[in-house]
Amino acid sequence: MAGRMTGRRTIDVDVLARVEGEGALHLVIDGDELRRCEFSIFEPPRFFEALLRGRSYLEAPDITARICGICPVAYQMSAVHAMEDALGIVVPEPIRLLRRLLYCGEWIESHGLHIYLLHAPDFLGYEGGVEMAKDHPEAVKRGLALKKAGNEIVRCIGGREIHPVNVRVGGFWRTPRKGELGALIPTLSHARDLARKTVRFVGGFDFPDVTRDYEFVAVGGPGEYPFNEGRVLSNRGLDIAASEYERHFAETHVRHSNALHAHRIGHGAYLTGPLARFSLNSALLSPLAREAAAEAGLGATCTNPFRSIVVRAVEVLHACDEALRVIDAYQEPDAPFVDAPTRAGTGYACTEAPRGLLYHRYRLAEDGTIEAAKIVPPTSQNQPSIEDDLRAFVPDWLTLPDAALRHRAEQAVRNHDPCISCATHFLRLEIERG
Amino acid sequence: MPRAARKPKLAVWKFASCDGCQLSLLDCEDELLAVAGNIDIAYFPEATRTVLRGPYDVSLVEGSITTAHDAHRLHQVRRQSRRLITIGACATAGGIQALRNFHDVEEFTRQVYAHPDYISTLKTATPISAHVPVDFELRGCPVDKGQLLEVLTAFLHGRPAHVPTHGVCMECKQRGAVCVLVTGAAACLGPVTQAGCGALCPAYGRGCFGCFGPKETPNPVSLAPRLAARGLTPRDLQRLYRSFNAASEPFRQEGDRHGG
Repeated sequence: MAGRMTGRRTIDVDVLARVEGEGALHLVIDGDELRRCEFSIFEPPRFFEALLRGRSYLEAPDITARICGICPVAYQMSAVHAMEDALGIVVPEPIRLLRRLLYCGEWIESHGLHIYLLHAPDFLGYEGGVEMAKDHPEAVKRGLALKKAGNEIVRCIGGREIHPVNVRVGGFWRTPRKGELGALIPTLSHARDLARKTVRFVGGFDFPDVTRDYEFVAVGGPGEYPFNEGRVLSNRGLDIAASEYERHFAETHVRHSNALHAHRIGHGAYLTGPLARFSLNSALLSPLAREAAAEAGLGATCTNPFRSIVVRAVEVLHACDEALRVIDAYQEPDAPFVDAPTRAGTGYACTEAPRGLLYHRYRLAEDGTIEAAKIVPPTSQNQPSIEDDLRAFVPDWLTLPDAALRHRAEQAVRNHDPCISCATHFLRLEIERG
Repeated sequence: MPRAARKPKLAVWKFASCDGCQLSLLDCEDELLAVAGNIDIAYFPEATRTVLRGPYDVSLVEGSITTAHDAHRLHQVRRQSRRLITIGACATAGGIQALRNFHDVEEFTRQVYAHPDYISTLKTATPISAHVPVDFELRGCPVDKGQLLEVLTAFLHGRPAHVPTHGVCMECKQRGAVCVLVTGAAACLGPVTQAGCGALCPAYGRGCFGCFGPKETPNPVSLAPRLAARGLTPRDLQRLYRSFNAASEPFRQEGDRHGG
């Protein structure tokens, strides 16, 4: 089968596996040329922005969480920050810290899932994590233990792992006692050791030697590796507040996808997510995470998307460190949340979901009713760059037999951990050779 | 490999949903490998590229039906499945996206998408049982993973699943949580909502907002004055019932009764 391919061939795969949600990939190859490349999302739309209209501002965190069962905390965080922006609420330090801790939990859980169960099988040659567990039981158990540690944080603060119930505009419904967080320390200390091993484990994989000239976009700013707060930065000079996001980024509706494609106005495709966060903020990682990154061969930036698995592992290590720091620094607040009278206005927020920048905007009526909502999830921002990756890499893979080419192309998509439930709103892979 | 009884084949299917209920299976970190050792995961695209042909002994179905294509696909799933279990509020009641049933979906499409003509969608989001026979409906937004393991184990062993259908109030009493309705701390749907979450919200000082849908024989009409006495307007009451289980019949009726 190997060798130069001639003649028209069509390959259909009904479902792209090990991603969240359903999408398709369509490649048209004429001889040795890639003619067409569409990463499409045809998970049915659920119209969140429309159904939020007429709801109370207090309902946004619980409703938007249902956009994605893998990263509900991200939706809750962007929602509460945007509402607080609209209402002029500033939360005290303990609330700020608790939100950071909750986000650490979601990063550890989501990255742990992606590294061990969704992405590592590509590098080690398995169909999935369960199949991989037959030959690599220790690794898969390590992954599950890490994931569980992240979930324990989310459960402790939020009540449950998926769609936590405790997040409220202005703070939380109930803030944990210092001792409740303290009970997480042994688990997280162990998780930190597992995260360190994870960086070594994935750092030893065999990576294609490729780079891409991405425009990276991530939240960042002085002092802290980004979770909840900061300005929106890029490696090409962008430095804006969340409220300016729509002046610099636009979404277009393309026929092959139920997700909107985003681009930076006047610039084009860009990338958010671990590679962008790391490349813009690596100096702000914890010392242990920086040391592990260097050991794994990462520089200050990373432009090889296949190495995103290493960056995720470094971020898990950082999140374990950060969680332990926050637990140590936490002082119980006087009140679980800050209340403020409702008023008419618009609020904006960008936070860092595990997969990248998540933008929310809400316009509120005087009584706090949502009049308009706009949500831009990471995967719709990354979709054009995912297609560009394929356009860049596939021409070098054309001598591969169809099955191997298909697998490589799938892997290139999984590099970015796309969350299709988020972006819409089947992954079907079609390769046509002409 | 030693010869053994054939392992049952499990398939996991997704329709319109957030993926959270199938993720609950992967969130069983302590049990996942044991479960996987006793069944063949024949189709579960979120977790594996492996695809084994049907028929399947048990199919778990997540999500609601919102497109003609999905309605057709669901019938194919049913034909290949000996037992079909719906997991979560979307598959069991239509989910949050069933709020479209109360609105003009074409207007929704125009609002979200620049080219509504590219979008093909049904006017309603409907539960799986509206299209095909269902063997068991597991509630929750999301499902509780303990209940998920119980139902899966029960079906694989051919015994009835033990999933209580009483209200959240029972769970509050079991965990010793103070009643937020009695203390006046919060408006709470616990008296009309099925148990399963462990009375989470009251334990966190907020009222239940109905993730598990209506309990057996709910009486929301008699709860309404209690909620109104807490200052809830008819509009608030309608919003409270119109969330993740808005299209389940008792909640739909109660939501329709209020409004503003």
